Amino acid sequence: MAANEKKTIDLEQGWEFMQKGITKLKNILEGLPEPQFCSEDYMMLYTTIYNMCTQKPPHDYSQQLYDKYRESFEEYITSSVLPSLREKHDEFMLRELVRRWVNHKVMVRWLSRFFHYLDRYFITRRSLPPLNEVGLTCFRDLVYQEINGKVRDAVISLIDQEREGEQIDRALLKNVLDIFVEIGLGSMEFYQNDFEAAMLKDTAAYYSRKASNWILEDSCPDYMLKAEECLKREKDRVSHYLHSSSEQKLLEKVQHELLFVYASQLLEKEHSGCHALLRDDKVEDLSRMYRLFSRIPRGLDPVANIFKQHVTAEGTALVKQAEDAASNKKAEKRDVVGVQEQIFVRKVIELHDKYLAYVNDCFNNHSLFHKSLKEAFEVFCNKGVAGSSSAELLATFCDNILKKGGSEKLSDEAIEETLEKVVKLLAYISDKDLFAEFYRKKLARRLLFDKSANDDHERSILTKLKQQCGGQFTSKMEGMVTDLTLARENQSSFEDYLNSNPLANPGIDLTVTVLTTGFWPSYKSFDLNLPAEMVKCVEVFKDFYQTKTKHRKLTWIYSLGTCNINGKFEPKTMELIVTTYQASALLLFNASDKLSYSEIMAQLNLTDDDVVRLLHSLSCAKYKILNKEPNTKTISPTDQFEFNSKFTDRMRRIKIPLPPVDEKKKVIEDVDKDRRYAIDASIVRIMKSRKVLGHQQLVMECVEQLGRMFKPDFKAIKKRIEDLITRDYLERDKDNPNMFRYLA
Amino acid sequence: MPPRRNSRSTNPPAASSAVSATSKAAIKELERINNLFSLYRDPNSDTIDPEGIETLCSDLKIDHTDVRMLMLAWTMRAKRQGYFTREEWQRGLQALHADTLGKLQKALSQLDKGVWNSNIFENFHSYSFSFCLTEEGQRSLDIETICELLNLVIGPRYRSQIDKLIEFLKIQHEYKGLSLDQWTGILRFCQEINFPGLDNYDESCAWPLILDNFVEWMKKIQK
Repeated sequence: MAANEKKTIDLEQGWEFMQKGITKLKNILEGLPEPQFCSEDYMMLYTTIYNMCTQKPPHDYSQQLYDKYRESFEEYITSSVLPSLREKHDEFMLRELVRRWVNHKVMVRWLSRFFHYLDRYFITRRSLPPLNEVGLTCFRDLVYQEINGKVRDAVISLIDQEREGEQIDRALLKNVLDIFVEIGLGSMEFYQNDFEAAMLKDTAAYYSRKASNWILEDSCPDYMLKAEECLKREKDRVSHYLHSSSEQKLLEKVQHELLFVYASQLLEKEHSGCHALLRDDKVEDLSRMYRLFSRIPRGLDPVANIFKQHVTAEGTALVKQAEDAASNKKAEKRDVVGVQEQIFVRKVIELHDKYLAYVNDCFNNHSLFHKSLKEAFEVFCNKGVAGSSSAELLATFCDNILKKGGSEKLSDEAIEETLEKVVKLLAYISDKDLFAEFYRKKLARRLLFDKSANDDHERSILTKLKQQCGGQFTSKMEGMVTDLTLARENQSSFEDYLNSNPLANPGIDLTVTVLTTGFWPSYKSFDLNLPAEMVKCVEVFKDFYQTKTKHRKLTWIYSLGTCNINGKFEPKTMELIVTTYQASALLLFNASDKLSYSEIMAQLNLTDDDVVRLLHSLSCAKYKILNKEPNTKTISPTDQFEFNSKFTDRMRRIKIPLPPVDEKKKVIEDVDKDRRYAIDASIVRIMKSRKVLGHQQLVMECVEQLGRMFKPDFKAIKKRIEDLITRDYLERDKDNPNMFRYLA
Repeated sequence: MPPRRNSRSTNPPAASSAVSATSKAAIKELERINNLFSLYRDPNSDTIDPEGIETLCSDLKIDHTDVRMLMLAWTMRAKRQGYFTREEWQRGLQALHADTLGKLQKALSQLDKGVWNSNIFENFHSYSFSFCLTEEGQRSLDIETICELLNLVIGPRYRSQIDKLIEFLKIQHEYKGLSLDQWTGILRFCQEINFPGLDNYDESCAWPLILDNFVEWMKKIQK
């Protein structure tokens, strides 16, 4: 009944009422004097719409009101908003836009409340755009579409001003850019297409311009400082007024223009580029370089490459230095690894410390730089100095540290640290087997002649070597150290044996070190004709050893023996510490006053080399126990020798050194032989499991298997394969000569 | 084009022994072959010894170092240098269908011409190597023998390669002798590699090392 009673409102009448409300709203927005809406005003406006939409057709004006709603915005925009925007420019235009946008949103909020009833039924039922959207779309279609180009240019120009160091109203930009985002009603499309793309393009152009000047004017460190600063500022810019989604794109653009485009030019700047920074130890600049270039794709590759070149050059310079030093003094001391070479190893260790620190600190421990360091060291560490391979140099270096009275007085910690570093360097040496062989030779000397300074250090370096190169690498060396401990026990039980068998006592103090064949380097055995006194010693020990074990065979190595003998010289009796060879030669003079070279040689049963060496040590060196005729500095086969009974010395006890034979050649030969076995074994192992394999693959697998110990030469492998074919381990496939078969 | 392994297949003479034995002709042939054998054999050992071979050579009017003698040994599958057993003699001459000296002469020169184009050449080539191994357990031939054998066996076919190779073998010091595998490799080299261009030689293939060295040397002297 109530509905019927109510008077029908027609469109014109109703709209007139609404117009008043809308005008009042506009006035408020324009800042004209107008009282605020009270809730009664609002109720009235809402009710009017409600009524006009709920009247029976044809008086349901929903559609018309929906249209009028839109028209109200359009009318307001066209009459007020656009003219005021059009007459303003640049920053002022931006401010006006922001103000208008804020107003517009207020207007949308109010109007959509008045018309709210449309949203509830009419719009929902017809699936029309809701009121809020219609309101915002009006602004987009009429205002935004018209001026977004101008706005964009104004914003970009402000950004550029800020890049040039001017102060700008960041809040304003933030507001303007929010419009680009909000206008998308949830889609970023407008921001991206209408603003971001152009902004990125401008950024690229801006920095391209800058970079092209900087690269010419600035040094590499200055350029990098600027680049880092720019990147920081751009990041800052994003956080202040750009949308966060722009950060990555913006930084990429800047990095591209500042770094990628000029990467090689920058890195290779003659007086300040990467080479110069490394040369001058500019650690901070290098760290900056790492930070910057790690940001661009494959940016670190050239840096790592220059680093490698630099370290290689430094190392090669050390090699050259040592080479020059060696050739200056070559005449005096050939073939003996001298002090210069020791200094060389020291310097290589220092070089490694230095650049490892670079890798860790400047280059953030990046694997690329570890690889460069490794490759660089592999280049010059395998060069060798003055005819000595680096394997030998390292082994000698260790020997000098580990032997008694080694060249340096170092604390235990320092020794440990140095050993650790030498072992680290060993990783770069491809001939690890050669190192092992030299090391073993020197270890043998240290152990057998009681020259080792400290048992703990000996064991400690073996542990380190074992960790790095595997158990097989050190098993013989460990065996040697153990042998010596066993030998000491054996000696004391020999002494007990002598005490309990006084008849067996040969009357000479005898110490025998029993070693295990295989652990030790190979030595000449049974060569010397032992003097009768000593023959007895040997027999006594043999008898003793028989009591301990039946199945072991003793091989005597006289070349490693030492004797203490008394020399009854006219001035005084002296104790001479000599080798068994020297002692045997001297004892010959108990029976004869004068002997010729050939007589001595015949009686001793030694080679010319050995005889010359030992006679020289007794007649031409510091202590002249024998007089030689003619009295010259060298030994010749026609010389005659006589006991020098007038000999004397300040000391009562003297050691007459016998210079060791140069073992280098033998070591290298031994290693070559071992390598042949190793290659054979590796090929057979591979073929046994693969049965049929192509040549190239076989070579590759073989190199891989053996690489931990040495770098086998392709030719050597080929030769071994051919040898194995001859020995019927392999055959060539009948149809494919590049294919091998394993013959079981 | 060098001859390939799969070119026209001819039966190896040794395999086609004419023992369709029942026929009268065959028996007659064998008889004559045996008669021939008794002309040269050493009566004490029922074998043709070096002396007998020398007589045979002069009757055939060929030198005992002629490649045809090597081919004859090959058809017989003779085991021991300088000796033909009765069994070997029968096998060889039956295969050649030669029961008179004249026929043998003819058969040998035909063999000399024909063997090049057949896939059995490899067989002859490796036989020639093994034939020269005289000692028990011997696996390689000294360089001097190798050079003679090269001249004899593949020299006629690959003259320029073999001349250069022999020159090289005589000045190098690394190898004192060659194995069968290396010997086989040389034939394959002659058959497959352009000479003297050597452009299709690939060092990374499994060529015997001595050929790598040879090629290196060739390239040096060509410069």
